[in-house]
Amino acid sequence: MKLLLFLPELVLILMIVVFFFLSLSSKKEKNNDSLALIFTAAATAAALYTINSSGEMFEGFYRIDMFSQSFKVLILAAFFLVLYLGKGLKSIKSEISSEYIMFLAISTFGLVSLTSAVELVTIILCLEISSFSLYIAIPFRADDTSKAHYEAGLKYILFGALSTAVTLFGMSYVFGLCHTTHLDELFAVLPSVLNDSPAGTIGFILMLTGFFFKLAMFPMHFWTPDIYEGSANETTAYIATLPKIAAIALIIRFVGISGAESGDVILILTIIAAFSMTLGNLSALVQEDIKRLVAYSTIAHAGYIMVGVLSAGNLGFSAAMYYITGYVLMNIALFFVIYNLSVKGENLNFDSLKGLHKRSPFLAFTLALAAFGMAGIPPTVGFTTKFMVFTSAISKGYYAIVIIGVINAGISAFYYLKLVRAAYTLGDGEETKMKIGYSKALFAILLNIGIIVAGMYPEPIISTATEAVKYIFI
Amino acid sequence: MEQFLLFDNVSYPLLSLLIFTPLAGAVGLFFVNTEYMMKIWGLLVTLLTAVISIPLYTNFDSSTASYQFAEVYKWFPALNLNYTLGIDGISVLLVILTTFVMPLCILCSWNYIEKRMKEFLFAILIMEAAMIGVFVSLNTVLFYIFWEAMLIPMYLLIAVWGGPRRDYASIKFFLYTLIASIFLLVAIIALYINTGTFFIPELMGNNYSFTFQIWVFLACAIAFAVKIPMFPLHTWLPAAHVEAPTAGSVILASVLLKMGGYGFLRLCLPVTPMAVEACVPYLIALSIASIIFGGYLALGQNDIKKLIAYSSVGHMGFVTLGIFVLNSAGLKGAMLQMINHGITTGALFICIGIIYERTHSRDIKVNSALGMFMPVYVTFLGIFSLSSLAFPGTNSFVGEFLVLLGAFSHSKLVGALAIPGAVLAAAYMLRLLQKMIWADSDGHKHSDGSERGLFDLDLREKLTLAFLTVFVFWIGLNPEPLLNVMDESINHLLIQYNQGISHVGEPEAVNHALKTFGFNAG
Repeated sequence: MKLLLFLPELVLILMIVVFFFLSLSSKKEKNNDSLALIFTAAATAAALYTINSSGEMFEGFYRIDMFSQSFKVLILAAFFLVLYLGKGLKSIKSEISSEYIMFLAISTFGLVSLTSAVELVTIILCLEISSFSLYIAIPFRADDTSKAHYEAGLKYILFGALSTAVTLFGMSYVFGLCHTTHLDELFAVLPSVLNDSPAGTIGFILMLTGFFFKLAMFPMHFWTPDIYEGSANETTAYIATLPKIAAIALIIRFVGISGAESGDVILILTIIAAFSMTLGNLSALVQEDIKRLVAYSTIAHAGYIMVGVLSAGNLGFSAAMYYITGYVLMNIALFFVIYNLSVKGENLNFDSLKGLHKRSPFLAFTLALAAFGMAGIPPTVGFTTKFMVFTSAISKGYYAIVIIGVINAGISAFYYLKLVRAAYTLGDGEETKMKIGYSKALFAILLNIGIIVAGMYPEPIISTATEAVKYIFI
Repeated sequence: MEQFLLFDNVSYPLLSLLIFTPLAGAVGLFFVNTEYMMKIWGLLVTLLTAVISIPLYTNFDSSTASYQFAEVYKWFPALNLNYTLGIDGISVLLVILTTFVMPLCILCSWNYIEKRMKEFLFAILIMEAAMIGVFVSLNTVLFYIFWEAMLIPMYLLIAVWGGPRRDYASIKFFLYTLIASIFLLVAIIALYINTGTFFIPELMGNNYSFTFQIWVFLACAIAFAVKIPMFPLHTWLPAAHVEAPTAGSVILASVLLKMGGYGFLRLCLPVTPMAVEACVPYLIALSIASIIFGGYLALGQNDIKKLIAYSSVGHMGFVTLGIFVLNSAGLKGAMLQMINHGITTGALFICIGIIYERTHSRDIKVNSALGMFMPVYVTFLGIFSLSSLAFPGTNSFVGEFLVLLGAFSHSKLVGALAIPGAVLAAAYMLRLLQKMIWADSDGHKHSDGSERGLFDLDLREKLTLAFLTVFVFWIGLNPEPLLNVMDESINHLLIQYNQGISHVGEPEAVNHALKTFGFNAG
């Protein structure tokens, strides 16, 4: 059954349809989020079910293989977690919550199909599906005092449109030089084109720009802080995780087929990675708003992931896949704390973290683990992912970027430590206890265990990733 | 890999047990309700760990330099990464030191810690597991994981339960050690890429190129020099010591500082001997600078804790001096000095904690003329101070003597330069004793009876200090058993080192990566 290969996407489409009809009714839906969780859980299960199958659909434009399916599992599981942590949708007006979930689902559909798209126009199509629905979802914020969410929405549209335009421009170069838009055929000619003509290199890098935008990577990072700050906490958790997974999938695919073991493409990617890390970390040092801080730290992490990607090869690609997995885990833990701490969905700053250890030791611990993890301190997944990425880079002999990365890890420790310090050492006054409920507590415990186990026992993830990246070259 | 390991000392996984007992104890804390029971629980767990560690000494085979009590489990086959534990004559004493100091840390915090007891004990127990882990891992990645994992609980110990400037001190400690140790990670990965293994014994004795050795050595040396701490990277130590709670200071002084010396012995000397040989003059110079600077700075302090902290810099200078004169006497002296410093300085910090609990000050002027109020206390203080200045008959004398012996046989100049350090130690310790015990006027205003009197030590405090006193004299008068334990391993280390520096010819493992830096390897 060929249709079975398409099962995860079908579940998402069903979800979109259901929420479309729910959004038509004028009744306020109370169980929206539970329904959404059921759908995403089903979609994740469907993706897991198809993880070992492979096949082609839509005349070869859409390929199902272990690479695409494992990324789909990642995206859908992250979607589930994001929806779970944002249960109750505090900062979304309840009358539009069905619409909100629908747009997120459409965007997820775009991202999921992006991982399977193996033809340039299809890729643009999927990219736009995922972006357009996010353009609409970002201004959804029940906050009448500030207009920041409108600003955020507008900025995202402008930057998104710009980066898509640049990507298309780059694709026109690649198409012009290679005479094909299909990745399989590109794989045959692109390496020699990149070797012979500078225009090929320029076109190739420009083509990646759209994904740099999704990944919040230098030089397409400017939108990140404002949009993180302006959009609702739930939306930020979404933007901070899902689009990045898909972007990494595509960047790995492109770098993989470019056959760029060395040469200009890798050099340019190295420079971009170095800038991304340094700029993100230095800017994060002075932030007061927690979400802005996370935004800049995201830019830095994008640089680390790129270190894995640019060490092109099985080890590097699987390290990048592992990195994004760990990063999503830690990010969701961090946003779980942010979401539960902000009572009415407002933004947090360092003052609102004060005395957290007294208000809720549980949230404080989760925050500390996520922050130490992002700083790359063992025994968390943040350490092992950095370790893998650096190992892959050193195995290729890229010492310079590793040294830059290591120095950056030191810089980043300072602001992550600021988070822990605010939660643990400041605020000696009496604090009222916070209750977070059993289901959320369980969720946080599982996240904490996940952060440690994924770090200390990386074997399953890495071996899956190593298997998966082999499919890029087929 | 098996040829380096001995498996049959005991029939159960002793080293894993040592790591996981405190971890399990930390988890168990969540099921204990009252504060008193928590303290009892913490004490029991640390005592149990200490008891478990006794076979390390009794079943230790001192006739071999192999790694004993070994355990090997598959961990991450894709990278040839195993969970490998084992100890030799260099690490065994440090492990035992750790397990025996930890119960004392809990005892000395009995009344000192007034808030958040559960979190405090949690941090202490996690700390213990990580410290033991560093000493017993035979795998660079495992070593690094434990090494870095110590940062979090230690940071919290200083940041939450510390003194008034805890914020500054804790962040300084964290960033200093973190930034220094990430270079260690790069070195570990570079070694792996070069050899395909993380297993420490297999990394030793390879014919790396000189340039590669220099880079690896520098990356490791920064991490270890900060931890020791070696002049001029010592500035985090006084801040951290002064602000840390008593237990934190004891852990810092007794165990954490030893990690640097241990790192040099375990990784630098056998893995990068040519680089060490090339750097020896500088390293000896820095060691002597540490000794003299630490001594001079200690001489000028009015804060007792700061004084001891600077004295630590001096003492650890003797350790690095002993290591880098690279002869048997020096290395054994350095090892012994590490153990002695752990006992003596740990005890001195406990003494400071005791007096701080009574007068709420660490100023020498305030804590003066205690002799007539606290006779038992000043007896202990006197013993440990004399031990600290290496008075004959105490433990430090043996260690320092061996180090100086090694230094003189290395070069007369080096030996002569280190001597003032020993004199300075006598000067600042005797000044401290004179003020604290016999000064004319007391700063704490207890003699006129206007405030509640200073009470002498209670049973708990007496037991804590008496336990350490036993070791001061035992090692001081009979160091033979300890020297026997480390004998084979130190000899083996020296043989490895001398083989390493005598490699001639073009090294085979030329690292292509260094060329990206523009260096021609070889």
